Amino acid sequence: MTESFTPPTRFAVPGRIAVSESTATLWQTATITEIRRETPHAATFRLAVPRWAGHLPGQHLMLRLTADDGYVAQRHYSIASAPDDSGHIELTLDHVAGGEVSGWFHTVAKPGDEVEVRGPLSGFFAWPGDRPALLIGAGSGVVPLMSMVRHHRVRGLDVPLRLLVSARGPEELIYAREYGAETTPVFTRSAPRGEPVGRIAAAHVAPLLAEQPSGGWEAYVCGSNGFAEHASRLLVAAGQPVDRIRIERFG
Amino acid sequence: MNVTRGFTGRPRVLPHSPKGVGGAPITGLPPGQYDAGDDWPVLSAEVTPDLTPAEWTFRIDGLVEEPRTWTWKQAHELPGSVYAGDIHCVTSWSKFGVRFGGVSLDAFLDVVRPHGSGTHAVAYSHTGYTTNLPLADLTGGRAWIAWEYDGEPLAAEHGGPARLLVPHLYFWKSAKWIAGLRILDHDEPGFWEQNGYHARGNPWEEQRYSGD
Ligand SMILES: Cc1cc2nc3c(=O)[nH]c(=O)nc-3n(C[C@H](O)[C@H](O)[C@H](O)COP(=O)(O)OP(=O)(O)OC[C@H]3O[C@@H](n4cnc5c(N)ncnc54)[C@H](O)[C@@H]3O)c2cc1C
Repeated sequence: MTESFTPPTRFAVPGRIAVSESTATLWQTATITEIRRETPHAATFRLAVPRWAGHLPGQHLMLRLTADDGYVAQRHYSIASAPDDSGHIELTLDHVAGGEVSGWFHTVAKPGDEVEVRGPLSGFFAWPGDRPALLIGAGSGVVPLMSMVRHHRVRGLDVPLRLLVSARGPEELIYAREYGAETTPVFTRSAPRGEPVGRIAAAHVAPLLAEQPSGGWEAYVCGSNGFAEHASRLLVAAGQPVDRIRIERFG
Repeated sequence: MNVTRGFTGRPRVLPHSPKGVGGAPITGLPPGQYDAGDDWPVLSAEVTPDLTPAEWTFRIDGLVEEPRTWTWKQAHELPGSVYAGDIHCVTSWSKFGVRFGGVSLDAFLDVVRPHGSGTHAVAYSHTGYTTNLPLADLTGGRAWIAWEYDGEPLAAEHGGPARLLVPHLYFWKSAKWIAGLRILDHDEPGFWEQNGYHARGNPWEEQRYSGD
């Protein structure tokens, strides 16, 4: 049997790019070079990774911290920066209450500290900048989407790209100063005067799906599981094909 | 070892104790894993399907004597079986003392009778998700079709109405919304395996990514 097995139904065709085995397996030292506060609960950590193999917007890495008795904690983090050849990448971490890894980053880490990373990982959520992209994120779920927005901007791409981003309030909106006309923020608890408060709803999604670009949207949804369920159901209800929805759940 | 300045980590709860060689249950925390406690993170990459038990079917075909499709009702006529133990996700959480109810995969395989030439399987979901497994990991009372969690129907976001359960491997092998198994005479990478994940995914050997 040489012909490969394909199941009768398929969701979003796997892999926008192949993941290199050697870069996925190798742990590399990453040195923190800069820490930037984004919101009261989130900060961006710039890391020097001299032998970074490069990534596509949307990919993530695995990061590990090691205690002096050899105990390790490892977590996945999305890459926030657009691909470039600076030998640096950026991560944006929410400070999770009681969190082992995010707690270390937010209370102990300072420039010069070293951690270890392996990646980039997973081609499934990657966006090479080819297809029209409809991005929907909440909280730190905006991180891999921001890599796409930045890539789109840095490269001057003209393929359509839209971002719908949800945050509790304006002060909790990560990358607030960087958004342009492509972005619609939605606030769930408190909004600037005159703006509505509430979850992302059908009314936010409908106009985006109404302006179908040629070839249709490739939808990327990222955030907590609860948010991902909500947003992906809205997309399906609005007519977005199930096999053109890619979901990254932070757990 | 690359010690991280100022990192102590959580209190060390459980030592690594990969027993299990003589059939004894494997307990403890595999290398690089942490105890998620009461959390049960959801990490599927696709839209959770609206699949009712009446629509659900499970098929085994490929290198078998008698390919067969079971309906929900037919599958429930097979002898019930429970898995009580731990599960381990490649994103590094583990969950202790979970309890799944369903039917041992052996009961299904006994009906279709795999050929001697069958060495691997591709498990696939009603969504089109795929994952590959050595047949040996699916037999001998180590794999289930599970539809209950803690005595309740398995929630849709965790793979309900029914999922594959192969708890001795990383949990991406336990395909949610299981639709079937195709028995093959070779290994064929599934969804995550094509995306750089390990072909077998044994948590005790920390086989996360291909090359590990
Ligand atoms: C693909 C992917 C990409 C991701 N990208 C990002 C990203 O870009 N940015 C980001 O901020 N996050 C991201 N995450 C989430 C990230 O991986 C971590 O889950 C997150 O940072 C929390 O880790 P932690 O170690 O700080 O918290 P953990 O220690 O894992 O704790 C999480 C929660 O569980 C509680 N808890 C768990 N165990 C215990 C215990 N034994 N005792 C007490 N409390 C406990 C904690 O109090 C806390 O509330 C991503 C996840 C995935 C899967």
